[in-house]
Amino acid sequence: MGYLIEHPDRVFELTKQHVELVAISVAFAMLIGIPVGVLITRLRWLEGPIIGTAGILYTVPSLALFAIMIPYTGLGRTTVVVALALYSLLAIVRNTVAGIDGVPPAALDAARGMGMTGRQRLFIIELPLALPVILAGVRIATVAAIGIATVAAVVGVGGLGRLIFDGMRTLNTDRILAGAIVSSLLALLADWGLAWLGGYLRRDIALARLER
Amino acid sequence: MITLEGVSKVFTSHGQQVCAVDDVSFDVAEGELVVLIGPSGSGKTTTMRMINRLETISSGRIMVNGRDLRSLDVVELRRGIGYVIQQGGLFPHFTVADNVSVVPRLLGWSGDRRRQRAHELLDLVGLPPDRFADRYPRQLSGGQQQRVGVARALAADPPIILMDEPFGAVDPITRKQLQRELRRIQAAVQKTIVFVTHDIGEAFLLGDRIVLMSDGRVVQDATPADLLRHPADPFVTAFIGEDRGVRSLQFTLLGEIAEPGPADTRANGVALPGSLTIIEAARELGKRGPGAGAGFWISDEEDQPTGYLSYQRFAAVLGDTIAGDHTAEHASEGTDGIPH
Ligand SMILES: Nc1ncnc2c1ncn2[C@@H]1O[C@H](COP(=O)(O)OP(=O)(O)O)[C@@H](O)[C@H]1O
Ligand SMILES: [Mg+2]
Repeated sequence: MGYLIEHPDRVFELTKQHVELVAISVAFAMLIGIPVGVLITRLRWLEGPIIGTAGILYTVPSLALFAIMIPYTGLGRTTVVVALALYSLLAIVRNTVAGIDGVPPAALDAARGMGMTGRQRLFIIELPLALPVILAGVRIATVAAIGIATVAAVVGVGGLGRLIFDGMRTLNTDRILAGAIVSSLLALLADWGLAWLGGYLRRDIALARLER
Repeated sequence: MITLEGVSKVFTSHGQQVCAVDDVSFDVAEGELVVLIGPSGSGKTTTMRMINRLETISSGRIMVNGRDLRSLDVVELRRGIGYVIQQGGLFPHFTVADNVSVVPRLLGWSGDRRRQRAHELLDLVGLPPDRFADRYPRQLSGGQQQRVGVARALAADPPIILMDEPFGAVDPITRKQLQRELRRIQAAVQKTIVFVTHDIGEAFLLGDRIVLMSDGRVVQDATPADLLRHPADPFVTAFIGEDRGVRSLQFTLLGEIAEPGPADTRANGVALPGSLTIIEAARELGKRGPGAGAGFWISDEEDQPTGYLSYQRFAAVLGDTIAGDHTAEHASEGTDGIPH
């Protein structure tokens, strides 16, 4: 813990870099993953190929993935963001599909019967009801990304991985511990915050959408 | 208001063709409540869902207000038709008030108007808004959820309402209560209603007309009284069941069984309106106690005597009707050969 107390500024700076990397990556994964998940519920035959591909990507070790990507995306943030987004995709796509599949058919039938358009059904009924499940996927992805992002330090983009790698090189357990503890706390905090958000947003989003 | 002309629906499932609805025709007049009844799988739901185009018509056509359904915009059509489904189909993430206000919101009503309307409807279906408006569906019993479903269908005041076994999921006592409420509501708002059920008691209680279906076809389309008196075939008789005679009592009016009376007794004796059912008449006579003479007069709306029934004849009709022997009607048609 000594390092944490002696160099709060440095730890704060690295934490900020870490959060940024994870946030950008997960945001990208959501931007792609949620529409893809919705698409799968409309075109069911896409499920096998898409979930299969995302599943295979998920099994590639992170170091290997960085190594494979560096020739194309270079040493830097792009590589890390693309890799983390790819890892996050599986949980987000799969949970989007599961969430929409879980919407009560009677509610959808009623929505259709009262004259909601396809768009209105998606935004007023399906996505809000699927939201807790989708956010559970985002939680899984975020927690995993916070861990995997520590490896990103090898590509030279900073983040809490720097503390761990520096500690390993200089045999400084204090640094390794500081990096590990802060990254774990970060993961817990994200897990907790996203769970809270899920319960809170569901109704408001649907109603706001309905007003339009 | 709604006319089905030779409507059929063929589903293709697993390469097999299933004719769910087969050449069905019937009308629903404005302000009328028509009950679709039949065994499970007889095509009631499919018939209903073709009216709001949740299912496409395979052949034949449906007219609403004289216009072919297919020429109408589907979203607009549905917004003009309230739809209540068996499972309630409430939106679990909306409160009761928000559920009721969905169509008004889609139609762009102001917040005040929506709230007022939701409260009005919750009162109408017997859910005091101050207690129920802010609850979520999961905090309601099955019967309460179905009431919200009914309120939601009425929200934007659509002229037509489709109800698919709306009280199917509730206990018998609550169901009776909901049925009575629907009758009260219908008397107040006079909607054009198509009501699906497989409960024959419900059909007789609610229907202005009953369309009995079997295997996708209409077996009989008649008023409750006619269905009881002239069942089209043994299937109808079997479907109506053992209670046919007792039920008939509620649909046979004094005016229908009145006979020409002896002219000289006109001056004295009891007179009852011809619009009373046999049951109501029996109750009324019991209340009045013994009257003068051997029978009673039957009067029309202007209190003019139009016919006569001896107590003996009244008792005979009562007994015959309960026994399911419809001598009374046949007698007035002169087909049974029993001397009067
Ligand atoms: N989407 C569908 N695909 C295939 N067959 C269907 C479908 N919907 C209904 N059916 C069949 O059509 C028939 C009538 O069904 P339905 O209208 O639901 O009857 P009811 O409401 O009288 O119980 C049944 O044999 C049912 O299996
Ligand atoms: Mg049905």
